[in-house]
Amino acid sequence: MTEPHFEREVDRSHMKVSDEVAIRIENMNKWYGAFHVLRDINLTVNQGERIVIAGPSGSGKSTMIRCINRLEEHQAGKIIVDGTELSSDLKNIDKVRSEVGMVFQHFNLFPHLTILENCTLAPIWVRKIPKKEAIETAMYFLEKVKIPDQAHKYPGQLSGGQQQRVAIARSLCMKPRIMLFDEPTSALDPEMIKEVLDTMIELAEEGMTMLCVTHEMGFAQAVANRVIFMDQGQIVEQNNPHDFFHNPQSERTKLFLSQILGH
Amino acid sequence: MSEQNTSSVAYVRDTMLPQQPAPSNQTGALKWMRENLFSGWLNTVLTLAGIGLVYWLVTHFYPWFAHSVWDANSLKECREIVTTAYGADATGACWGVIRERWHQFMFGFYDPALYWRPLLTFGLLLVVIGPILFTENQRNRAAFMVFGGLFALVSMALVGTSAAILALSAGIMAATGALIFGRFAYAMLAAAAFPLVAIFLLWGGSAWTVLFIGFGFVIGWLLLSGFARMGSIIAVVAAIVGTILFWLISGGAFGTDHLFGGQSLVEALASAVPLSIEAQGSDRFGGFLLAVTIGVGGIAMSLPMGVVLALGRQSNMFLIKSLSVIFIEFIRGVPLITLLFVASLLLNYFLPPGTQFDIILRVMILVTMFSAAYIAEVVRGGLAALPRGQYEAADALGLDYWRAQRLIILPQALKISIPGIVSTFIGMFKDTTLVVFVGLFDPLKGIPDFIRSVFEWKGIYWEPFVFVGLIFFIFNFSMSRYSMYLENRLKRDHR
Repeated sequence: MTEPHFEREVDRSHMKVSDEVAIRIENMNKWYGAFHVLRDINLTVNQGERIVIAGPSGSGKSTMIRCINRLEEHQAGKIIVDGTELSSDLKNIDKVRSEVGMVFQHFNLFPHLTILENCTLAPIWVRKIPKKEAIETAMYFLEKVKIPDQAHKYPGQLSGGQQQRVAIARSLCMKPRIMLFDEPTSALDPEMIKEVLDTMIELAEEGMTMLCVTHEMGFAQAVANRVIFMDQGQIVEQNNPHDFFHNPQSERTKLFLSQILGH
Repeated sequence: MSEQNTSSVAYVRDTMLPQQPAPSNQTGALKWMRENLFSGWLNTVLTLAGIGLVYWLVTHFYPWFAHSVWDANSLKECREIVTTAYGADATGACWGVIRERWHQFMFGFYDPALYWRPLLTFGLLLVVIGPILFTENQRNRAAFMVFGGLFALVSMALVGTSAAILALSAGIMAATGALIFGRFAYAMLAAAAFPLVAIFLLWGGSAWTVLFIGFGFVIGWLLLSGFARMGSIIAVVAAIVGTILFWLISGGAFGTDHLFGGQSLVEALASAVPLSIEAQGSDRFGGFLLAVTIGVGGIAMSLPMGVVLALGRQSNMFLIKSLSVIFIEFIRGVPLITLLFVASLLLNYFLPPGTQFDIILRVMILVTMFSAAYIAEVVRGGLAALPRGQYEAADALGLDYWRAQRLIILPQALKISIPGIVSTFIGMFKDTTLVVFVGLFDPLKGIPDFIRSVFEWKGIYWEPFVFVGLIFFIFNFSMSRYSMYLENRLKRDHR
């Protein structure tokens, strides 16, 4: 088995896991019609944790993190995000959504708005921040993801990697306490994957609580403090990255790792 | 060049080739003709047949146009002039009917001394919608607004409007234009107030009626924002109920007319402080005045109604969804003429006896409903074309339903729907001619039939059709061009 590796030096000085619980999922179940997609999920995420969720396609990993900001509804069990329990109460849902940032596989930038407008829209309309201040914040984060000079272009004029970095900046402008990444690099060329991962690593270095669904095992090794392996709608194994990659316990995990790293 | 395939697998290019011009028979007009007109024997035959057809059409219709007669006061006179000038068998267009009766094509039976009122209304309309049609390009906006104002003023001068009224109108339009030119919010306010101004100018009568309609909307808006904290549904209900109550009370309902000696509040005010201009009843409307009034009113009301219906049809709430579906499918399933008959006849059975409910308003409401049902389906197509990711990204950022719709979903869905929406508008504008079936004088049949009923113009058919068709074409072609301009301006992908 090849060792997953990542070239970049990762600065761990600010990565601190606190005792404060960010997300608590208890006995969560979800069905699509008769199909049982998520089965008895239990997961507690503390503030400052960086969790990578891996697993074969169709294992429910995306569905699970999409339940955390209620893009998907769960039918049984509890999800408590930052002290707010997700129910059908719209107020709670909006509260959670404004605290939780999400980055999608296909970026989902708003094509009719400029990059800057993409970044200032939610702060202005949801957080009610004055426009001037929202623009300053947006420029700060666009600089952070290294594309301030594209601020007045439209998403269609940017490369995939740039678009994904804008999507990250757009989420950060809401000053979220938790970031969800749903396969953020799966739709990108190899060259662009690196620039997006670099941005994500910087975010992790600053102590952001992150849940990433990704196949980038190098990233998991370098950044995650916990790796979760899912299969058939359940959490099969979770461990720190070192033990997860070097000493997987379940047969299913071993098989998955040998397929994903074995060539 | 071919070495790289034959002699060896490894290949390194040592010199880069410079650009060369294309072969001369691959460029220019000859190439275009060969490719587009004569690319094969079938295309050659079709090209020649097409040229033949155009030739036939031109040679048959040209003499008719070339022999046009302008200065004649009856069809008989026209024919005599053509016969003496071009021989017994010659045909000629008789535009004398347009010269003599153009005012009826334009204004129906409106008082000729008051022609300036519809013209001022039209000019104001163009001025007010300028900033909304051309939000970005200042030059186009200025050109459009100035053109609108000047067009109205010149037309007013041509129909013999007095200098005082001309100056007043110019002042009103210039002031309005200057106020709203650079301020979009003011332009929206002006557009919201415009219908009331238009009603007052077109129908005349007491200004109090219009003012109280306006007050009703202001009260509705105040209630809406006042009750906003208690939830959007309560606020909407409060606003609607409050507005309607206000209108009913000021119209003398609930016995309030006893307070003012048998008059309603509005009537009492009108008799105390008249503030009125000469009234022109709906029976005086006709021709393009009628078509444009119904058309513009229908367009302005059917777009928002259509959008609401489209959103309703997509709603998760069963009741709202069912109501929208039933409305859309019912209205689309019935011919417009049926609805017009409902407007003219059936409504009388349902309304309390003695209710005065203006026929043009009734027709306008049903035309609006008709076109809103079509717009709803066009917009639904636009909504369906958006990737689900757009909804998810809006949700994930914490935007609530209405903000997500207004800021993210509708701007994109409406942009996709522009061609369909404008087609519906154009169709609806042309369909306004169907009001002839409920006894209104539309420009295509109502007015020409009326003109043909006098002896002098008995038997004149083609000229009114050509004239009216041309004016419809100008309106509709403008809408079509504007929609293409708008689509182009909203293009965000490759620029």
